[in-house]
Amino acid sequence: MSLTQTRFHDALLTGAQLAPDGLSDGQGRPAGRRFDVYRNNVAVSLTEALEQGFPAVRNLIGPDRFKSMAGRFLRQHPPETPMIMHYGAAFPAFLEAAEPLAHIGYLGDVARLEQAQREAYHAADATPVDAAALSALPPDDLVRSLVRFAPALRLIRSAWPVLAIWRYATEPGTPKPAAIAQDVLITRPDFDPELTDLPQGGASFVTALMNNSTLSAALDTALSDAPDFDLQNMLGLLLQRQAIAAITPSE
Amino acid sequence: MLDNTRPCSHLPAAPGVGYKPQHFADIIADARPVEWLEIHAENYMGDGGRPLAQLRHLSERFAVSVHGVGLSIGGEGRLDPDHLSRLRHLCDWLQPASFSEHLAWSTHDSHFLNDLLPLPYTQATLTRIVDHIDEVQETLGRPMLLENPSSYLAFDESTYAEPEFLSEIARRTGCGLLLDVNNVFVSATNLGLDPRAYIDAFPLERVGEIHLGGHDEDQDDHGAPLLIDSHGQEVADPVWALLDYTLDRMGKRPLLIEWDANVPDWPVLAAEAQRAADALAKVPA
Repeated sequence: MSLTQTRFHDALLTGAQLAPDGLSDGQGRPAGRRFDVYRNNVAVSLTEALEQGFPAVRNLIGPDRFKSMAGRFLRQHPPETPMIMHYGAAFPAFLEAAEPLAHIGYLGDVARLEQAQREAYHAADATPVDAAALSALPPDDLVRSLVRFAPALRLIRSAWPVLAIWRYATEPGTPKPAAIAQDVLITRPDFDPELTDLPQGGASFVTALMNNSTLSAALDTALSDAPDFDLQNMLGLLLQRQAIAAITPSE
Repeated sequence: MLDNTRPCSHLPAAPGVGYKPQHFADIIADARPVEWLEIHAENYMGDGGRPLAQLRHLSERFAVSVHGVGLSIGGEGRLDPDHLSRLRHLCDWLQPASFSEHLAWSTHDSHFLNDLLPLPYTQATLTRIVDHIDEVQETLGRPMLLENPSSYLAFDESTYAEPEFLSEIARRTGCGLLLDVNNVFVSATNLGLDPRAYIDAFPLERVGEIHLGGHDEDQDDHGAPLLIDSHGQEVADPVWALLDYTLDRMGKRPLLIEWDANVPDWPVLAAEAQRAADALAKVPA
């Protein structure tokens, strides 16, 4: 009988003690722990991919606990494409649902922030709109305009001080985070993602623009969220971070 | 089936290395004796950013080999059409000097296992792989090289020896072969075979590229040596000797140093490439 790849696959991921039947050392003896070379390669290589992708999570829960969580995750959620640089999209939700980590409420958002940076790093390039192009637009046209963001832009809204926690976990000497909510904008001016703690109303503004609101409608949304929202300041920040790929008049 | 007379690789018969982003500045400053670079296809399937910018820059100065690690050519299921089209996109814009993949499988039921998993060498496997390679070569519009694996175990059901199996695949598909000399040494040691007999049985005329990498030493349940293909250190001395034996019979070929784990600083990798250059220099033109 032939050994199917289904059986081989299941034996790799279930962590069963024995190698499947039909495998030998080439000289008539059962394969035994030789099968574990493949088992280890799968587990170690995927664990390393998660360690590289989620360094802050690893520092927060410690390397040993991270390894054990990664081992559970990779068996429940093996990669679905060979593009390992994206592996781990389901990791934040997995961490949030994991019983032993339930007391660390912010862990999922920290993982989301790390995954968003990986996505931004590999996102398509874009030529940013500059301040001159923006100021050339008549004010009436500007408020009726739609904004297309650079493909690298990501937004993480959190009830936790997620950016401060991320910095605390990755940059030695960072002070302990204060207990505030933070919304983080991820942009990629050149090749390295930049993280910005958005002012009140900023996340509503960006979200509205992502959903094809005009600038004036997005401003209304932001103002209802934060009455002292500063449009000038926010547009300046988006331009400076090279976050806007196009501004087009609405129909 | 492709025309057998078309070359399967346009790489120079000189030393190359597996490209690592941390070596970018060193390579731009002075890559000698390295004359070409190999990339893992899957690392350059993002949409943009630094990886693609570096690759575009390097490809203006060096011949580039695209080496896939995720196509699962030996998989029981059909090839992943999305992955194949990503490969085609990469080869279309980059126009690499060579494309290669492995005699292995890695995907099952949409699960990608991130390892090169072994195959039984049977008629059924042969037929499947020939179909898959035909599909790859037609989709990419170019011939490919197929690499011999590192083996840690053998399948009871196998009816072909590996060199014979690869030879038959190459004959039926017109593909070339990538001979990994370290893999030959690792597999032969692990399965109790003679590595020189393997080389003697290998269709050397189909070889378009050679790989060399470091391995680790372990033991199986019975205390027999079990070598692990780790690409984490210098190439072992007996592997250099097996390379000399191979080059004597085959002539010069593009010769790649693979160093993927515990990646050293550039001078260490360049020294290893120099050893490859010296091995090639001993071979009559």
